[in-house]
Amino acid sequence: MTASNDATLELTDIAVHYGAVRALDGVSLGIRRGEAVAVMGPNGAGKSTVLKAIMGLAPVVAGAVYWRGQRLEAATHDIVKEGICFVPQGRRVFTHLTIEENLEMGCLYLGDDTEKQRRLDSVMELFPILHDKRRDMASQMSGGQQQMLALGRGLMGAPDLLLLDEPTLGLAPIVVGEVFEKVREISERLNTTIMVVEHNIKGVLDIVDRGYVLDKGRVVHEGTPQSIRDTDILTDVFLGRVNPEREEAAG
Amino acid sequence: MSVIPQALRERPRADIERVATVFVLGWAVAFMLWQGTGFTVTLMTVFAIWAILAVSLNLVVGFTGLLSVGHIGFFGIGAYTMAILASDASYDQLRTEAIPTPGWPFFAALPIAVALTALVAIGVGIVFNRFRDDIFVLVSFGFAIIAFSFFLNLREITRGAFGIHEIPRPAFGGWVLDGEVEFLVFALVCLGLVVLLCWLIVTSSFGRVLTAIREDEEAIAVFGYQVTHFKLAVWVLSAMMAGLAGALFASWTSFIDPNSFILLESMLLIAIVILGGLATIWGSLLGAMAFVLLEEGMRFLPFLPAEFVGQARQVVLGVLLVLLMLFRPQGLVGRYRL
Repeated sequence: MTASNDATLELTDIAVHYGAVRALDGVSLGIRRGEAVAVMGPNGAGKSTVLKAIMGLAPVVAGAVYWRGQRLEAATHDIVKEGICFVPQGRRVFTHLTIEENLEMGCLYLGDDTEKQRRLDSVMELFPILHDKRRDMASQMSGGQQQMLALGRGLMGAPDLLLLDEPTLGLAPIVVGEVFEKVREISERLNTTIMVVEHNIKGVLDIVDRGYVLDKGRVVHEGTPQSIRDTDILTDVFLGRVNPEREEAAG
Repeated sequence: MSVIPQALRERPRADIERVATVFVLGWAVAFMLWQGTGFTVTLMTVFAIWAILAVSLNLVVGFTGLLSVGHIGFFGIGAYTMAILASDASYDQLRTEAIPTPGWPFFAALPIAVALTALVAIGVGIVFNRFRDDIFVLVSFGFAIIAFSFFLNLREITRGAFGIHEIPRPAFGGWVLDGEVEFLVFALVCLGLVVLLCWLIVTSSFGRVLTAIREDEEAIAVFGYQVTHFKLAVWVLSAMMAGLAGALFASWTSFIDPNSFILLESMLLIAIVILGGLATIWGSLLGAMAFVLLEEGMRFLPFLPAEFVGQARQVVLGVLLVLLMLFRPQGLVGRYRL
């Protein structure tokens, strides 16, 4: 276990197998309250599977997820009520609904209309573009705007922990910066704990407090952004030069 | 590609929908004026029953994205429940195969017909919730076939191929709706209630969740929705409406047999929904009207021998479906492509 005892979310020795494929093989990581943590690694390292394991969307065959000290065993549809919201890869906004309706989807389970409206106002304030286009269909938005909508929809659940899966995937470089800036704003302004899976290493290291590097389903490095920049670990994993067992033994 | 389909594609959506609406309604008015009052009443009654079925099926196929071809099974359950419970008991002695005939009035049998359809839909829906996409289509095929087999082979209850006669018309106290116009008004009231209920469903937050399920089941689950519950709820509501249509159909025709609930009818029903357009109530009404006009209108074609009319209807509808898929896959006024 790499996180300290005050971790709000802990994964201990998580293994996820898809048939013969070991997507995660004994992954342990943690995140403290209010922290922003990045999970990085090459394609197939198991980054997105970490988030799916937390959300109950991946077949966990060993290990456990602890949330606020309790084992997290809720079904996927109940996890949002535990204060964890997931913004899936590829935005996945509902294109046949308006922007406002998309946002409402993030907390439609709430019975309290006043609270829904309060959250809607809060998200619209954070993302003015969504306010301006609230009556437009989501299909009419650009990729970057849809990503803002996906982030806003995630925030409608008023999460304590926000899980972001590749939020800049497929976006133009100029929009990537805007998305990272919004993630930083969510982290700092709302004090939301954030775990972000990201392939844009340079950008993500600028906005997080710590990072984990995964390779072949195992954690091969953990540290601050500076410590990650100071090593060659990312170059090594992307070039396939890492022996996970040796890295783990080395601590 | 010919010029006309290209032009069709390029025209604004609202324009095409307006033209389609005016065309179908104009066709209906012209046909009815030509055929006179008596035939118009019959045609509108057939329309009302098919429209209830189409609107209810569109809830499942169009709004939720579950391509069910088993809807005719629920239609049949509603019809048979009405027939068995309400069929005239005095007629029993004339039957070659006697079945229990409680002889209930229409309005006593109606809630039972709808409730029994709902019960069956719950059982079937719980199993079907495990399936998606093309597997769902296949298992719904299976349901339609099983339902037909029950109607045909459960002779102690359904009289099998002999069918059930003497199914009564609705009666309010001593006022029996045995006139065609009275029954049409009753059927249209039922259609109005079904349309109103569907409209309330699709414009509510429940309806928005259905739209989201149609687009991305997994994404909606992570926002706290138990997708299986929503799918089961809409499935059962839709089946109950089909059960109502079945009960109306049985009472209107006063005779049913398994041939009214064959798989082909399910395919025609799907064709109506696609023809009108997915995820639109108005489209289902238009689709049902166009279908009824096609079906009934073909018998008046002078060059078509009477013995070929039945087959020709299916051919025309099949061709129409192919053309729609090629040039207008969203149907006349639909929101989605199949």
